[in-house]
Amino acid sequence: MGPEQKPKVAIVDYGMGNLFSVRQACEHVGLEVVITASSDEILNADGVILPGIGAFGDAMATLSRLDLVGVLRDVATSGKTLVGVCLGLQLLMTESFEFGRHKGLGIVEGQVIPFDNPVEGSRKLKVPQVGWNSVYRVGGGGNGQAKTWEDSPLAELADGEFMYFVHSYIVQPEERNVVLSVSRYGQIEFCSSIHSQNIFACQFHPERSGTEGLKIYRNLASHLKRLTSKRS
Amino acid sequence: MNIRIIPRLDIKGPNLVKGIHMEGLRVLGKPEQFARHYYENGADELIYMDAVASLYGRNSLLDIVERTARNIFIPLTVGGGLRSVDDIRTVLRAGADKVSLNTAVIQRPELISEAARAFGSSTVVVSIEAIKKRDGSYEAYIDYGRQSTGIDAFEWAVRAAELGAGELAVTSIDNEGTGKGFDLELTRKIAEAVPIPVIACGGAGKVSHIHDVITEGKADAVSVASLLHYHFVKHSGFSNQDNYAEGNTEFLRKGGIVSKVQDASLQEIKKSLTAQGIECRRSSG
Repeated sequence: MGPEQKPKVAIVDYGMGNLFSVRQACEHVGLEVVITASSDEILNADGVILPGIGAFGDAMATLSRLDLVGVLRDVATSGKTLVGVCLGLQLLMTESFEFGRHKGLGIVEGQVIPFDNPVEGSRKLKVPQVGWNSVYRVGGGGNGQAKTWEDSPLAELADGEFMYFVHSYIVQPEERNVVLSVSRYGQIEFCSSIHSQNIFACQFHPERSGTEGLKIYRNLASHLKRLTSKRS
Repeated sequence: MNIRIIPRLDIKGPNLVKGIHMEGLRVLGKPEQFARHYYENGADELIYMDAVASLYGRNSLLDIVERTARNIFIPLTVGGGLRSVDDIRTVLRAGADKVSLNTAVIQRPELISEAARAFGSSTVVVSIEAIKKRDGSYEAYIDYGRQSTGIDAFEWAVRAAELGAGELAVTSIDNEGTGKGFDLELTRKIAEAVPIPVIACGGAGKVSHIHDVITEGKADAVSVASLLHYHFVKHSGFSNQDNYAEGNTEFLRKGGIVSKVQDASLQEIKKSLTAQGIECRRSSG
């Protein structure tokens, strides 16, 4: 691949949710985009984005009908950059308790559980959480012990930066060290993004989170550019 | 939780318009220009409402949505005249993140479930537009407040949530565009009756009204139109009449502004809310 060529990301199209905004954000930061359900196109891309809104069970059923479960697991183990957004984060987990019990992709050990009666003072908070919320570094609280975001997809974001969330369920990874950021909804602290080697996934929607959200896509683009230029 | 402030842009043909009691439309400018300004100044989301339900055809809403969504990276809700799952799909493909439904779902409530199943609940905003009756109850209206339905607004709100709506947008037709404040009773009763977020719409005439509908009305988000539009019109020095080739621009040329509305910017609104202990997103930039 020549230096002029843009890295290519495959946005996995399994019929769930709106892929337009993810595509816009990718193109905005100079990535070439293919929206696809083809395993060849997914395996040939420089990076893979698993988006999604909607129900976990339906999503897994569609992914297996499209024969993409194994493909996505292969992407994860191959070392290729894999990004999950919103439901795309939850699908990476071992299992979900949304309307029953469903197996996930099992790429990251962990569970998907519902928000359990979030309250703020006397005010009962709405579920789904819809809106902007802060994402914090793990182990923060002003003692200087917080895990850095340097060299992560959240590089250059302020600790506590606002991102746009829409969700009723949260992820609980088994390995705490994959947790890249936490957020709070009422009394509940939850994992709002994970990072482990080639895998990054977030509960919020960076493509709908203004200029700060675009920084995450920009970080992804520069990461892919570095990888592809190394290869060529 | 952070309260969302959502500029609402009513669109007729190529223009941003503003009505009073959802009638008597006045041209304010180009929607994309306003949308861009609000995006850059801390809007949490945007709502586009097609005032004449012209989804297709010349100067269609779709073109405006497409142009907007390319440059604006916050959620965009689009409503007005959407009748079917296909209409919704068309608008989402053009770049909307959510749709706002009123008339079509009152006529056929199952459309809420169908849309939620096809696109996810979070995509479906049900808009409830109500008029207070003499006996103190509220009746849902359709067709931009022109047509009564005989349906109780509170019962309808609960049913819409059960059918799979992701959010409710609640408008008092009596207050909409008047600048006299939100209907706090209507908003609170609905917000307390449903588990999903409620967006208060219609009536903000000054910043304290926004505060009231959050604290007393229990709104999770507030949609604001005139207050922001007039501020932008005043401070952006519109002079190029070529921008307004269509529609009733007399109002703009005369510099006429509804006197009841004390305009404010998004920053002013959020600063004031924060000062009163209401959490909202303040841009770091």
